[in-house]
This record gives sequence, C-alpha cells and structure tokens, in this order.
Amino acid sequence: MIGLTHYLVLSAILFSLGIVGVIRRKNLLMLFFATEIMLNAANVAFAAISSYYHDLSGQMFAFFIVAIAASEVAVGLGLLILLYKKYGTLDLDNFTMLKG
Amino acid sequence: MESLVYIALFSPLVGSLFAALYGMSPKRLVTGVVTSLLLFVSFVASVMLLQHVVNVGPVRVELMDWIVAGDMRIPFGFAVDQVTAVMMTVVTLVSTVVHVYSNGYMEHDKGFNRFFSYLSAFVFSMLVLVMSDNFLGLFIGWEGVGVCSWLLIGFWYHKEDVGRDVNPSISPSWAANEAFIMNRIADLGMLVGIFLIYWNIGSLQYEEVFRAVPNLDHGLLVLIGIMLFIGAMGKSAQFPLHTWLADAMEGPTPVSALIHAATMVTAGVYLVIRANPLYSQIPEVSYFIAVLGTFVAIFAASMALVNRDLKRIIAYSTLSQLGYMFAAAGLGAYWVALFHLAAHAFFKALLFLGAGNVMHAMDDELDIFKMGGLKKQMRWTFLYMGLASLALAGIWPFAGFFSKDTILEAAFNEHSYGIWFVLWLTAGLTAFYSFRQVFLTFLSDERYKQYGFHPHEVQKYVLWAMAPLAVLAVVFGWWKESFMEFVTQLLPAYEMSEHTHHMVWILIVVTMAIALGGIAVAYVLYAKRLKRSEKIEQSLPYRVLSNQYYIPILYEKVFSKPYAELSDIAWKEIDLQVVDATVDGIAHVVEESGDGARKMQTGNLSDYLKWMAAGAILLAVLAVFAALKH
Repeated sequence: MIGLTHYLVLSAILFSLGIVGVIRRKNLLMLFFATEIMLNAANVAFAAISSYYHDLSGQMFAFFIVAIAASEVAVGLGLLILLYKKYGTLDLDNFTMLKG
Repeated sequence: MESLVYIALFSPLVGSLFAALYGMSPKRLVTGVVTSLLLFVSFVASVMLLQHVVNVGPVRVELMDWIVAGDMRIPFGFAVDQVTAVMMTVVTLVSTVVHVYSNGYMEHDKGFNRFFSYLSAFVFSMLVLVMSDNFLGLFIGWEGVGVCSWLLIGFWYHKEDVGRDVNPSISPSWAANEAFIMNRIADLGMLVGIFLIYWNIGSLQYEEVFRAVPNLDHGLLVLIGIMLFIGAMGKSAQFPLHTWLADAMEGPTPVSALIHAATMVTAGVYLVIRANPLYSQIPEVSYFIAVLGTFVAIFAASMALVNRDLKRIIAYSTLSQLGYMFAAAGLGAYWVALFHLAAHAFFKALLFLGAGNVMHAMDDELDIFKMGGLKKQMRWTFLYMGLASLALAGIWPFAGFFSKDTILEAAFNEHSYGIWFVLWLTAGLTAFYSFRQVFLTFLSDERYKQYGFHPHEVQKYVLWAMAPLAVLAVVFGWWKESFMEFVTQLLPAYEMSEHTHHMVWILIVVTMAIALGGIAVAYVLYAKRLKRSEKIEQSLPYRVLSNQYYIPILYEKVFSKPYAELSDIAWKEIDLQVVDATVDGIAHVVEESGDGARKMQTGNLSDYLKWMAAGAILLAVLAVFAALKH
C-alpha cells in the first residue's frame, strides 16, 4: 500500500535533486529545469497531503503553482533567449556583473 | 480689560518678532521705530490697567490651559493686581525710554535690528515674569529674561578675550557666560523651591499656594523660602553670586540701564515681595534676607568708592540699592521695598543713560580719570546725571530720599539698630561715590584734552526721551502716601510704632547729614581737580577694593580652574577612553565584519544560490527544532 509517507519521501527526493541541480549546474537553462523539479516536488507534497486530509485546498494550490510555473517559464525563457543573443552563452560563470 | 492685558503683554513680542525679521540685514530705522512705538502702546495699556486696578480692582485672565497631566493643571493665566500693575508700569515706562534712547545710541551699530529684537524680547519676558499668576509662568519669564540678558551682555560677541588687568570683565562673551552660568546655579535652587511647593501643596497658583502656606510644616516653609531666595539671589546678584552684575556692564549701555539696573535685577526683590505670605511665616529666613541685603549694600558701596570705570560704579551702586530693597523686604516692609524698587528704576536708568551719553561723547572711554570738565559740552547730561545722583544719594526732595529714608525708618522701627547703622553708613558712601563720579566727569580739570577727545552732546530727541525719567526721579517720592495706600491693598501694611514717629525727624536729619557729608567730601576731594596719590592707590585697602575684594580671582582659583581641570580629565580619560572607545569599537566591529562578508559577493549566481540554499536549510532546521521544543 502506498501511503502518505511514500509520497512525501518522493517529494523530498525530488526537491533535493532540484536543489542540487540549482547549486551545481552552470547552464541557466538547466537551472530552470531544476527549479521546475523543485516546484513539482512541492506540488506532489501538496496533492498528497490534500488527499490525506480530504481537503481540496492543497490540490487547488498545486494548480496555482502549475499556472505560476508556466508563466514564469514563459518570461524566463524569453529572457534567456535575449541573454543568449547578447552574449552568445548561457554559462553562469560568465555573468559576474554583481561582484561586490 | 482683558484685551488691555493682552495688548500690554504681547505688543513687545510683536515688536521683537518684527525686528527679528530684519535680524541679519543692515540697519533699518523702521525696526527701531516700530519696536519703540509698540513699547509705547504697551506702556499706555499698562497705565490704563493701573488706573483700572486703582478704580475697580485686580484683573485676572486665563489665556488657555497650559499643562494638564493627571491631577496637575497649570493654566496660562495672568493676574494684574496692585503689585503687578506697578511693576508693569515701571517696566514698560523705562523700556519705552530705553528703546527711544537706543535709536540714537545704537545709530552706527551693525547689529541695530538685532539689538531691538533682543531688547523687545526682554521686555516681553519681563512682563510674563511679573504678570503670571503662578510660579511656573514666573519661572518661564525668569528664564526668558536670563536668556535675553545673556544675548545682550554678549551683544558685541566678536570682541576678543583680554587679561583681567586690562579689562576686569575679560570680554562680552565671557561676561555673558558668567552671568548666565551664575543664574543657572541660582535657578536650580528656585526650581527645587517650586518643586517643593508643588509636592506639598499640589498647585502652583499664587492664590492657592499662599492660602495653604499657614497650614504647612514650619521646617518645610523654611526650606521653600531658602530655595526661592537662592533663585532671587542669582537674579538680583546678591552675595556670593554678585560678580556677574559688574561684568555685565560689557553690554551696550541702554541694556545696562534697562536690564541690569531698572528691571531684571529687581526680579529677585519682586519674587520676595510676591511671596510675602510665605516669608512672613518664616521670620528667621526674612531676617537673614535683611542681613544679607544690608551686607551687600555696604559691600558693593565700598567697591564703588575706588572704581574708575563709569559704568561699574553705577553697577555697584545698583547692587548696593538692591541690598537696600532686600533689607526692606526682609524686615517685612514689603511695600517700602517695592517703592524703592520703582524709584530706583527711574533714577538708576536715568543715571545709566546719562553715562551712555558720556561714553558716546568720549568714544566709549569709561575711565573717569580721563574725563573731567564735561559740563561745558554736555549741559543737559550733566543736569540729568546730577538729578539722578541727588536722587540716588537720597537728598530731599528727590525720589531716593523718600524711599531710602523709609527703609532706614523701618530698620529703626524693627529695633535692628545694626542694620540701621550699616544702611545709614552706606547712605553716606552712596552719596560720596555718586558725586565723586559726577564731579570727576563733569567738573574738575579738563583732563580729556590731553587724551585727544572731542566730547559733544547727544541728539536732541535722545535728551527729550530721557526727560520722563528725570521728572520721575524728582517727583516720584512725593506720591509716597498714595503709593502706600494703593499697594497695601495687597501687601501687608507696615506701621511705624509711636516711638519711631517721635524719632522720625531726628532720623531724617541724621540721614541727610551723612548724605550731604558724603557729597561735601567728594566735592572737596574731586570737584576742583583730580589729585592722585600714589601712596593711597598702592595701599592695601585701596587695592583690595579696586580688585573687588579679590573675589573674581578667588572664584577663578577655587571654582573655574579646578572645574576646567576636572572637565579636562573627564574629556581625556572618560569621554575619549570609555565612551568614544565603546562607540568606535562598535563601528569597528561592523566595518570588519562587513569587509569579511564582502567576499561572499562573488557576482556568480551559483554562489548566491548556494548561500540561499544553505540559509534555507538552516531556517528549516531551526523550524524543526522550534517545533520539537513545543
């Protein structure tokens, strides 16, 4: 029987993968993927907990996250294309204009 | 009547604010004219109020609630009763004269507009002081006149400090600070007195306080009386807080006439007169006041005997006359003190303004040894100063005769023969030094010629402006009976005993004799020519007197120097080593840690994300721990 714990563990694993991706990856596109994984990890947790408590709010929230993630990707990808056109690369190590 | 109170009180304030608008700009005649006119308006309103008080009775107004906190309610109220009406009339009259006079005196001064702004602000503060119906309003006025006095003594603040041997008052700013600090010391005493009153009575309104006074503990009353009197000692420059008054002569002469002779310095006497229900409950403190006043009278007169500075001589005589007033108030003859206060205001202001004319003519020279024979050039000033000196010396029928003689009678009546004798002796000294000054300035040989001075009389309108004071210096004493009837409606009547009544003619003759004697001695010594004797000037008593009993030097050695050293230690050891070091240390830690943390800002997004993740994990862990604890 697959219970709440299993879902939460899956969510945690996905989230950790996302974090590692965000930290380790240098390509900005990969960073985007990693954040999407993290968002979806949260979604899994929301859906699981919502079902566990028989409360639909969690699932509604998951939908919101999906919608926001979609719009964020739309804006983010547009920016990435502009960035690529300007500098010819998406490698993070090339973008250090904020060095203090 | 209410509007008259406001007109009298606020027109000087309006004048002051108006002149302040031009404070920084070059001289404009309009400031002097407008402030003088507004002062005249205030004077007229005061006279009308006086008439109203005579015919109808006291006026009370409440402008607004001032402080309301818990049980404490202090209204911004004014009461014009008999004493206040007299004070208001005296203050506004002398102020008006001095304002008009200053138009001439300050003619060529750069700070003309500023001067009138300060002068009118002073009159406003003085009116608040005398008109307030509670101790707190009195205190506000008290501090206000202190500030204006400071501003005006230090009016020529740009003058450099010089040694005490060149100028005993060092510099205007030094003198101003001395006056202010001495008054602060005394004001602390007064403030404590006011606190005590509020703590024990629960009100600061004169009426309520004086109604409650008879039911209070005697020791407490003594304490309150002493504390209030300490405040009065500072403002009226009584020993040992007297040194500032002579140094205050650094201010422009109209200021000396108005503030340091006629009005502000009498505020202490006014306080004692106002608080008479309190002081009549504590005869021992009152007696102390009388003794101190008597001491100051002869103490100050003795310093005036040898001084060569025109204004300082008059300053010492002011000090001495304040001593007379305190003596009268201390003996319970409050109305006599008030009478002498008013008479003194007129003739002393006249004397000072006359001295101002002489200074004007002599290019600000003050040494009477360098003058002499000025009566040819300055007939009117000679007349005025002569009249004022006759009044000061207490010669019949001038104002000073009636007031001073009544003080002596009161001392005799109280069987305080010691006080009587000292005051009697002082009357002789007063006559001597006043006329020493007059003779050395206006008669005797024309010494100014060898110093290259070209004296000339002042403008006509200035002389006319002084005329009211001259008239009052002559006739004011004739109103003694009606004055007494008027003010004793409020103040306790003071009856001379049968015995004194029999003696009164003898007393008058004896007093007149010593006064005339003093004038005669001055005439013999100085009227023909100035004879200086090296031997006398080097003798010990002469040097002690001309150095003001070495008190300023003593104060410097005992108070100023150690205090400066203490401040130096506090600065270098405590402030720099402890306070500043702590503050600097905090700043240092912040700077160092910031410099270290700066290295986090690599500009690489990956590094930032690492820090973010680390922070998020840290927060999550903390949240878990916090959740586990509950």
